[in-house]
Amino acid sequence: MWTFIHKLGSPPWFYRISGVILRWLLPMTVLALAVGIVWGLLYAPVDYKQGNSYRIIFIHVPAAVVALAGYYVMAFAGALSLIWKIKLADTAMRAAAPVGAVLTAIALFTGAVWGKPTWGTWWVWDARITSMLILLFLYLGVVALWDAYDNKAAAAKACAVLSLVGTVNIPIIYKSVDWWYTLHQGASIKFSGESAIHSSMLYPLLLNIVAFYALYACVVLLNMRAQVEVDNRHARWLVEQIGDD
Amino acid sequence: MPLLNAQDVTVSRGARRILEGLNLCVGEGELWQLVGGNGIGKTSLMRVLAGVTRLGVEGDIGLRETPLFLGHASAIKPLLSAYDNLRWHPSGAVQADRGAVSAALSAVGLEHCGESPVGQLSAGQQRRVALARLWLTQSKLWLLDEPFTAIDVSGARLLEAQLQAHVAGGGSVVFSSHQPNQFSTELRVFDLSEYACD
Amino acid sequence: MTSLDRFLLGQFQRQLKLAFSRPGEILNPIWFFMMVVALFPLGMGPRPEQLAPLAPGILWVVALLSQLTVSHRLFASDYEDGSLEQLVLSDHPLALSALAQVLAHWVVSGVTLALLSPLFAVVLALPSEAITTLVASLLIGTLGLSLIGAIGAALTVGIRRGALLLSLLIIPLYVPVLIFGTSAVVEASRGDDGSAWLALMGAWAIASLILAPPAISAGLKISLDA
Repeated sequence: MWTFIHKLGSPPWFYRISGVILRWLLPMTVLALAVGIVWGLLYAPVDYKQGNSYRIIFIHVPAAVVALAGYYVMAFAGALSLIWKIKLADTAMRAAAPVGAVLTAIALFTGAVWGKPTWGTWWVWDARITSMLILLFLYLGVVALWDAYDNKAAAAKACAVLSLVGTVNIPIIYKSVDWWYTLHQGASIKFSGESAIHSSMLYPLLLNIVAFYALYACVVLLNMRAQVEVDNRHARWLVEQIGDD
Repeated sequence: MPLLNAQDVTVSRGARRILEGLNLCVGEGELWQLVGGNGIGKTSLMRVLAGVTRLGVEGDIGLRETPLFLGHASAIKPLLSAYDNLRWHPSGAVQADRGAVSAALSAVGLEHCGESPVGQLSAGQQRRVALARLWLTQSKLWLLDEPFTAIDVSGARLLEAQLQAHVAGGGSVVFSSHQPNQFSTELRVFDLSEYACD
Repeated sequence: MTSLDRFLLGQFQRQLKLAFSRPGEILNPIWFFMMVVALFPLGMGPRPEQLAPLAPGILWVVALLSQLTVSHRLFASDYEDGSLEQLVLSDHPLALSALAQVLAHWVVSGVTLALLSPLFAVVLALPSEAITTLVASLLIGTLGLSLIGAIGAALTVGIRRGALLLSLLIIPLYVPVLIFGTSAVVEASRGDDGSAWLALMGAWAIASLILAPPAISAGLKISLDA
């Protein structure tokens, strides 16, 4: 276990392994995304209530799911960085934060686009959308804190603490927003999201969720590799590695 | 066991290395002066040796007990009186009873300034309030960053005498200074320029 | 009393003494609270039936903002004058000395604000039966606000112009307490019982009391390292 963690922390090892992983993962991700999106947008049946506009869930739901999971990934990297002092975990956290923020923004934007034909308005203070907005704020806090520190080693530690604090708070925030929404529901539009989804829509949705996870992994790995390249630009192993590829 | 034993210490700030391969062993009854030009890393090293900074430090630093550390900023609140300031000192085994504090204040020549807010004293007097801790502490190892700044000639003589008394009693002092000092005991000089990176 | 107890009590008293030697730091957030509350009738019109339904939300949002404005000074002077270095080097745990400091800060800022809040409630035409709940909610809520704010203050104390950044980090974390607090006051102003919300808020404050100090201590150490 210990040697594995230390191996994981070594940039040359990571650089080589991530290169191998990406060679397989990248084409598979592109394929899964293409199939999932074509299936969802063109072949899945029309919803009897919402017509074609519901199709945006094939992007909205995966983005939202991965955005939330991404916060936990970031916090986990932060914990690794604080406890085992693995420098690569700092790089992972640095790479994951903006990707998560962008996914959250995509989820919010597609939610608004979906809301227009469904509810007749771009923005509704629905419990889930509100939670998503707060998640975006949490991500932006981490990104802003990173930028504010001149010493990047300290920035990583600070962001790790902040994202761990955020992780503890996310369930409380989600629950409290839920209660808040129930309390005020009389004043806003009712949205029954619990209706069962038909399997002809569920399968492309599940495929898209998997594809988004893979996409997330690819982008974070590519982002990390770019950072490793910058950090080790004078190292001989990197020159040799790039020469081999 | 020495009071302080630093072996193969490397100090970096962000991505930049400041000091490399540094060894310093301080035994009992030794007086050390850190020298080196501005920006070479005297303050950084002091903070590393004391244990304030841990990030970007490689190598082993062994301390036998909690040292007394007085940094650039002297942990003096201008709004509080000299008494209140000196009775609060969470690190380095400082005595805090009233009698000891007034004895320390008279040792640094401030016996009449104990009650008024320190902010009303002159810069040199404020410095003396901070240094009065050297008369209160029971720590054997003192780490003093630029203790001679902002004090007058008589204050400097007083401080030199106190450092020598501490060393004579088996304690040790590591201090940084630009001024030429007059010590009758042996002064060991630790030149940081030997360990500086580029 | 052990030496740790004595030290923590000393730390608490020292912070109170410092706060009272500069009364502006206590009074300014109260002025701020008062002025911002006064802006709402000016912006929305003076009719009580318009103000009353919004009063719980306004009072809580403004209380939250006034707490934010003081949070960033929490460790600033200790960082600048070197007291923080001494606290880190101390044999006493930094998490506990920071907690003593946050509690003193809460007594000075949060408790004062809670006790004065009935004045502002009356100005905004909040029904009188909700005033006890308002005071109770602010009393409990500001403890949690101070603790969470202290985490942000610890992480940003070494950053120049960190005050705005602190708000960006902390405001999302203030969402639950805002919801609990306003809900309690809203229910009380309808004549219902808001104590379930107060209990939730109490649980939140106790959880912060346990979980925040290690995070504050980690944040302060990082700030000294940077």
